[in-house]
Amino acid sequence: MSAITHHIPEDMMAAYAAGTLPHPYAMVVAAHISLCSECRAALGAYHAVGGALLEKTANIAVTNSLKSNVMAMLDAPVQPKPVYDSQGIYPGPVMEALHGRSPRWKTLGMGVKQSILSETDSGSVRLLYIPAGQAVPDHSHNGLELTLVLQGSFSDETGRFGVGDVEIGDEDLEHTPIADAGDACICLAATDAPLRFNAFVPRLLQPFFRI
Amino acid sequence: MPVQAPQMSQATVWLVAVRDQRDKDAFGALFDYFAPRLKGFIMRSGTGAAQAEEIVQDVMLTVWRKAEMFDPHRAQASAWIYQIARNRQIDIIRKESRPIPDELAQDPEAEPDASQILAFDQEAEQLKTALDLLQPDQKEMIEKAYLGDLTHQEISVQTGLPLGTVKSRIRLGLNRLRRELKGLR
Ligand SMILES: [Zn+2]
Repeated sequence: MSAITHHIPEDMMAAYAAGTLPHPYAMVVAAHISLCSECRAALGAYHAVGGALLEKTANIAVTNSLKSNVMAMLDAPVQPKPVYDSQGIYPGPVMEALHGRSPRWKTLGMGVKQSILSETDSGSVRLLYIPAGQAVPDHSHNGLELTLVLQGSFSDETGRFGVGDVEIGDEDLEHTPIADAGDACICLAATDAPLRFNAFVPRLLQPFFRI
Repeated sequence: MPVQAPQMSQATVWLVAVRDQRDKDAFGALFDYFAPRLKGFIMRSGTGAAQAEEIVQDVMLTVWRKAEMFDPHRAQASAWIYQIARNRQIDIIRKESRPIPDELAQDPEAEPDASQILAFDQEAEQLKTALDLLQPDQKEMIEKAYLGDLTHQEISVQTGLPLGTVKSRIRLGLNRLRRELKGLR
C-alpha cells in the first residue's frame, strides 16, 4: 500500500472525537482511521482532551443504589453485540453498515456503480465503483462531500488519491475525478446534500437514482 | 530530599487490576471516582438525571466487560472511559450506532512498557493543568464542543456568535491548549 497523503482535517477530527460529526461523515472518518495510524494517533490525542475534561467536570452524586446495582450485574451473562471485522478492502465500520454482507451494486451507467449504505435527511453514505479510465460524472457539490478510496485510485484537478486517502469537496470544488489505470476504483463517499450531476444524469432523475 | 519516582495514575492502576485480575474492589474504586464525574459530564449536555444515571450504569458495565481492550500504552484511563461514555451517549440520544474504527489487535506477547504508560499518565496530568491555564472563553468553547451534544452550528445558535467565530475560537482554544502543554514540558 502506498503511503496515505490526504488525511482528516483537524476540525473534523475534533468533531468526530466529540461525537458531534453527522453520521455519514463519521463513517468516513472511522473508516479512514481504520487504515491510517497517523489519524488514529490524532484521535487518541483528542480523546485525551475529552478525558481531561471528564476528570475536571464538576461531580454530581449518583443515587446510592446505582453502585450496588452495577456491582450486582457484573457477573450476569451478557449477549455480546455483533462485532464486524474488516473484510478485504472494507474496514469494520463499512462492514457494519453492510451488516456483514457484500455490497449490492446498482449500475449508474458507463460501468459506474453504487451501493447506498445509509440515506437520511441529514445526508447519505455510499460505496462507488468506478472502472479504470472512467470519469465519475462531473458534479459540483451542494454541501460537503468526503470521499475515501478503498481500492485503486483516482485523480482530479487537485491531485491523486490512493487507498486510504480522503478528498474533501465543498461548494467551491468543481472537479472531474477519473479512476486511474489498474484495478477499478472503489470509494466510500459521504454527503450532507444530494449531488448535482452536470453530465448524463438529468437532475429530474436524481430522486430515482438516489444520488 | 529524595527524588520521588513518578507513579502510574490511580485510575490506570485500578483499570489494569480490573483487566488482569477481574478485581471487584478496584472496580468499585473506579466507580466511586468516575460515576459522579460521568453523571456531571452527561448532564451538562442536557440529559436529565434519571437517563444520565442509566448511561453511567451502561458505561461502567462496559468498562468492566471490555476491560481487556484497555491498553495503557495507547490511551489514558480517562480518555478510554470518555470515549466509551461518548459512544454510549450518542447511541442512546441519537438512536444510531456511532461508526467506530477497527480496533488494533493487541500483541499478547508484548511486555508492558512502564515508561510509556507513565508518559501517557503524565500527559494527562499536563492536559488538566493546561486546561486550567486557558482563558475562560476559550475553555468554555472547548467544553461546549466536547461536553455538549452539539454541532458547531448549534453552538453558534446558542451563543449568538457566527459559525466562523465559533470554529476559530475552538481552533484557537485547541492551539492555546497545545502551547500551554508545550510550556509545561
Ligand atoms: Zn490519516
